[in-house]
Amino acid sequence: MSAPAKQRRLVTVERLPSLGADQVSVRLARPRVSARVSARTVSVCVVVFGLVLFASAVNVSVGDFPIPLSDVFPAIVGQGNPDSDFIVRVLRLPRSLTGILVGAAFGMSGAIFQSLARNPLASPDIIGIEAGAAFAAVLVIVILDPNTVGVTAGALIGALATAVAIYVLAYRRGVTGYRLVLVGIGVTAVLSGLTSYLLTRANIYDAARAVAWLTGSLNGRGWEHVGPVGASMLVLVPATLLLGRHLRGLQLGDDAARGLGVRIEVARGGLILAGVGLAATAVASAGPVAFVALISPQIARRLAGSASGALVPAALTGALVTLASDLVGRQAFGNVELPVGVITAIVGAPYFLWLLARANRVGRGG
Amino acid sequence: MSRSARGDAATQVSEGPPRASPAVRGRGSSRDLPKGRGLLQRSGWRATVLLLAVAALGVVAITSVRYGSKPIPLGEVFDAFFAFDGSNDHLIIRSLRVPRTLVGLGVGAALGLAGGLMQGTTRNPLADPGILGVNAGAALAVVIAIFVFGIGSLSVYVWFAFVGAAAASALVYSLGSLGREGATPIKLALAGAAVSALLGALTTAVLLIDIATLDQYRFWAVGSLAGRDAQILAQVTPFLVVGGVAAIGLSRALNTLSLGEDVARSLGQRVALTQGISSGAVVLLVGAAVAAAGPIGFVGPTVPHVARAITGPDYRWVLPYSAVLAPILLLGADVIGRVVARPSEIQVGVVTAVVGAPFFIALVRRRKLADL
Amino acid sequence: MSRPQLSAQHLRLAYDDRLVVDDLSLQIPTGRISVIVGANACGKSTLLRGLARLLKPRGGIVYLDGKHITRLPTRVVATRLGILPQSPVAPEGLTVADLVGRGRYPHQRWFRQWTTEDETVVTAALEATRTTDLANRPVDELSGGQRQRAWIAMALAQGTPIMLLDEPTTFLDIAHQVEVLDLLVELNQTEERTIVLVLHDLNHACRYAHHLVAMADGAIVAEGRPADVVTEELVERVFDLDCRVIPDPVAGTPLVIPVSAHHGASKRQVRATAQPTETS
Repeated sequence: MSAPAKQRRLVTVERLPSLGADQVSVRLARPRVSARVSARTVSVCVVVFGLVLFASAVNVSVGDFPIPLSDVFPAIVGQGNPDSDFIVRVLRLPRSLTGILVGAAFGMSGAIFQSLARNPLASPDIIGIEAGAAFAAVLVIVILDPNTVGVTAGALIGALATAVAIYVLAYRRGVTGYRLVLVGIGVTAVLSGLTSYLLTRANIYDAARAVAWLTGSLNGRGWEHVGPVGASMLVLVPATLLLGRHLRGLQLGDDAARGLGVRIEVARGGLILAGVGLAATAVASAGPVAFVALISPQIARRLAGSASGALVPAALTGALVTLASDLVGRQAFGNVELPVGVITAIVGAPYFLWLLARANRVGRGG
Repeated sequence: MSRSARGDAATQVSEGPPRASPAVRGRGSSRDLPKGRGLLQRSGWRATVLLLAVAALGVVAITSVRYGSKPIPLGEVFDAFFAFDGSNDHLIIRSLRVPRTLVGLGVGAALGLAGGLMQGTTRNPLADPGILGVNAGAALAVVIAIFVFGIGSLSVYVWFAFVGAAAASALVYSLGSLGREGATPIKLALAGAAVSALLGALTTAVLLIDIATLDQYRFWAVGSLAGRDAQILAQVTPFLVVGGVAAIGLSRALNTLSLGEDVARSLGQRVALTQGISSGAVVLLVGAAVAAAGPIGFVGPTVPHVARAITGPDYRWVLPYSAVLAPILLLGADVIGRVVARPSEIQVGVVTAVVGAPFFIALVRRRKLADL
Repeated sequence: MSRPQLSAQHLRLAYDDRLVVDDLSLQIPTGRISVIVGANACGKSTLLRGLARLLKPRGGIVYLDGKHITRLPTRVVATRLGILPQSPVAPEGLTVADLVGRGRYPHQRWFRQWTTEDETVVTAALEATRTTDLANRPVDELSGGQRQRAWIAMALAQGTPIMLLDEPTTFLDIAHQVEVLDLLVELNQTEERTIVLVLHDLNHACRYAHHLVAMADGAIVAEGRPADVVTEELVERVFDLDCRVIPDPVAGTPLVIPVSAHHGASKRQVRATAQPTETS
C-alpha cells in the first residue's frame, strides 16, 4: 500500500492496489469527505464525454445547411453570421442538447432497472411507461392541436399516470414483481389497443406525425424540450447518485442487503421513482427511443469493467448512442431523414444479438 | 407497431415467478394451502365446465352471426342455410357473418393455444407467442406488399403475412440456435426481441417514407375481422387445423416438460423435438392468425392464465380450455365492437384488450395465479 | 469489543400462512461458536433469519444487547450483527475486492464513502480469509470454496462482533468445508467474535460447536455441549435415524455413525458385539 498521507493535506488521492489495479481513494481533510473511485471508470467517463462533445459539434455542423466545424462554437455564442447563428442556436443546438439529455436519462434509467432486477434485459418498458406516454401523445396529436409542447406535457402525464396506475392496481398487501408484470401486461395491452385505434381514426397527416413520435424522434426538438428534461435531470441525477451506494447493497440480494443494514423498501422505492422519473421525462421529450435504455448500461459496464451499477458511464453512453444515431438518421440516407428511434433499433438489435452470442460462447448462457 | 417486444424479452429471461417460499418446499404440514391447483380439482368437473364453456362459445358465435350493423332474427339464421332464398339477410349471413364468425373462432382458438404452448415450452408464465418474431415479420411483409407491390387486397395480404411470419420465426430460430446448447427458450426470447425490434424499425422506416402505405397499413395493424370472408377462411384453415392438432397432441409432453428439461429427458422425452414441434405449431397458429386478422395481442399471454386458474397446471386441460375461452373473448369483443359503434365498428384488436384487460387484472389481484 | 448479547424470547416465526417456529426461547452464548442443527424444514434457517431480523416475528422478541432488535435502526443493528445468507447472489462481473468493500456499508455515509479505516479493515479481511490474491477476480468465476471465503471476507469487513452464517458449507467439498469452518474457529479465538452457524452436517457441528442447538418441528429439542447433548436417542428424535455415537478418534467429540437397513442391521445386534457407546 502507498504511504499514508500527511494529516495536513487538504486533498489526498491514494492508490489502493490491494483492492484492485485501478482503485483510488479520494479524501478531503476539511470537510471530512471521502470517496472511492475506479480510475478506469473515471477515464472511460472522460473519454465518452469527450466523444459526446465531438458528436454534438458534428451534429450541429452537418445538415442541409452545412456549417464548418470551426464556425460551430462562434455560432453557439452568437458571434457567427446571422444564418449560422439561427440554425445553430434555434434548430440544431437544442436538438443535440435534447438528444444528449434524453439519451443520458434513458441510459441511467436502464442502469437502475437492470441493477434492481439483476437482469441484463430489464428496461423501463415493462412498467408501461412507454405505452402510457404513447397513448397520451397520440391522443394529443390526433385530438388536440399537435403543437409539440402539448404533446410533451401530455406524454409525461400519460407516462407517470400509467406507472402509478399499474402500481396501484398491483398493490394488494404489498406488490410482488410477478403481479406487477402481469398487471403491466394488461394495462399496456389496453393502451396499445387504444393507441392503434386512434391511429385508424386520425387523418393521415396526424397519423404520420403520431407514428414518427412513436418511433422516438428528435425532429423539431427545441429549447422548449431541453428545459423540462434538463430540469428533471438536474433533480433526479444527483438523487440517483446519492442512492447509488444503496443500490450496491441491493445488488447482493435482499437478505444480504438487509444484513448490511440497507433499508430495502425505502432504497428500492427511491431508486424506482428515480428510474421512472428519468424514463418518463425522456419518453415525453423524444418518444420511446428503442434500445437506448437497454444497451447503454451493457456497453458502459463492459467499458468501465465494474459491476457497481455504472450509473454515470451508462448515462454518458446513452447520450453518445442517441447523438450518433440521430446523426446517422439525418445524414446517411440522402434526402430521407429517419428518426433516431429507427436507427437505434437497427443498430441496437444486432448488438443485442452479439451480446447474446458472446455470452453463450463464454458459457454464461443468456 | 407493438413496442412491447423488448419488455417481453426481459420477462422471458427473468427468474420468472418468485422462488417457492419455504412453506412450499418443506415437508408439507396440514396447515399448508395446496398451491398450484385450480378451482376444479376433479376431472369430472373439468369436463363438465369445459362443455359449458363450449356451449357458451356456441351462444357467442350465434350472437356474432345475429348481430352487427343490423340484427337478424334467429329464424333467419337457420333459414339462410336450410331454406336459402337469396334475400339480403341471407346473403349477409352466408357471405359475411358466418365466415367472419368462423375466422374469429379460428383466430381466437389459435391465439389461445399458441399462448398455452409458449408458456408450457418455455416454462415461463409470461411468455408471449409474439416473441418469436411472427407479428413483426407479418407486419413487415404486409408493408412490403403495400409499398413495393401496391397490393390492397386482404386475401393477398394473407399470403404475405404468413410468409413474413414464417421467415421471421425461422430467422429467430436460427439466431437463437447459435452457440452451444442450441435453441434454449431464453436464447429464443432474446433473439425474438432483437429481430422484432429490427423488423419493426424497418417497417416504421417504410411507413414514414411513404404516407400512402401508412394510410393502408394502419387499418390492418390494429387487428380486425372486418371483411374477413370465406376466401380468407379457406386460406388459413389448413394451417390452423394442423397447428391445432399438433398443439393438442403435445399436451402430455408439456406436462412432462414442466418438471424441468433434465427431468423430462431422464423420463425419456425428446426435449428438443418437443420444443421444435411446439415452436412449429406456434408459428403455424399465430402466423395464420396474424395473416387472417392482423396482429392481435393480449389474448395469447393472458387466456392461458385464466385457463390455468380454473383447471390447474395440467396441459391436457389448459390447452382445450384456452382454445375455447380465447374465442369467447375474441368473438365477444368483435360483437361488442360492431354493436357499440353501429353502423361502423371498433376493431376487434382494440375491444379485446379494452374488455379483457380489466377482467384479467381483477383476476390477478384476486387470486394468486399459479406458477407453472 | 463490547460483550454482545443475542437472545430470543417466545419467538414466533411464520411464512404467509405457515407457522414454522412457535414459542421458541434461546440465548446465544457470547464469544462462543453455536451451531443449530436439525432435519430439513425443521426451522433452523428460519430461526437464524429471525434472529438476524431478516424475518419479522409474528410474536415474541429478539434482543440485541438487551434491546428489541426491531426497535433499533437497521443500520445500527448491522454494525453489531452480520449475516451471511444461504446461496448469496453476486452481480455478474463483481470483483472480490468490490464485494468485500460493500461490507463496509453500515459504517459509511453518502459523504464518507471510503476512510482509512475502511481500507484497513477490508485489507485485513482479505488477508484473514486468504483471498488477497483473488481480489481482482470476478466472484462468479471462483470455485465454490473461494467464493464462500470471499463472502465471509465481506461479512468480516462488516466488522460485527456477532456473525450469523446460514449453511456456509453446503455445496463445498470436504476440504473446503473444513477450511471454512477452521477459519471461523480462528475468528472466534483471535477476535472473540460470537458465531452462530446453521449446519446440516451433524459431525461437523459436533466438532466445531461450543454450544449445540438441536431443533425439530420448529422447537428446540436439546441444547448444550455436543458431548453432553448428542446421544443416539437425540439423533433418533431429531433426524429419525438409527445410529451409533462414538468418540471421534481425531477430535474426541461425538461422532455419529448411521445404522441403516443395509449397514449395521439392528442396533441391538451391533451393540452386543461392540464396545460400550458411552460418550463422556
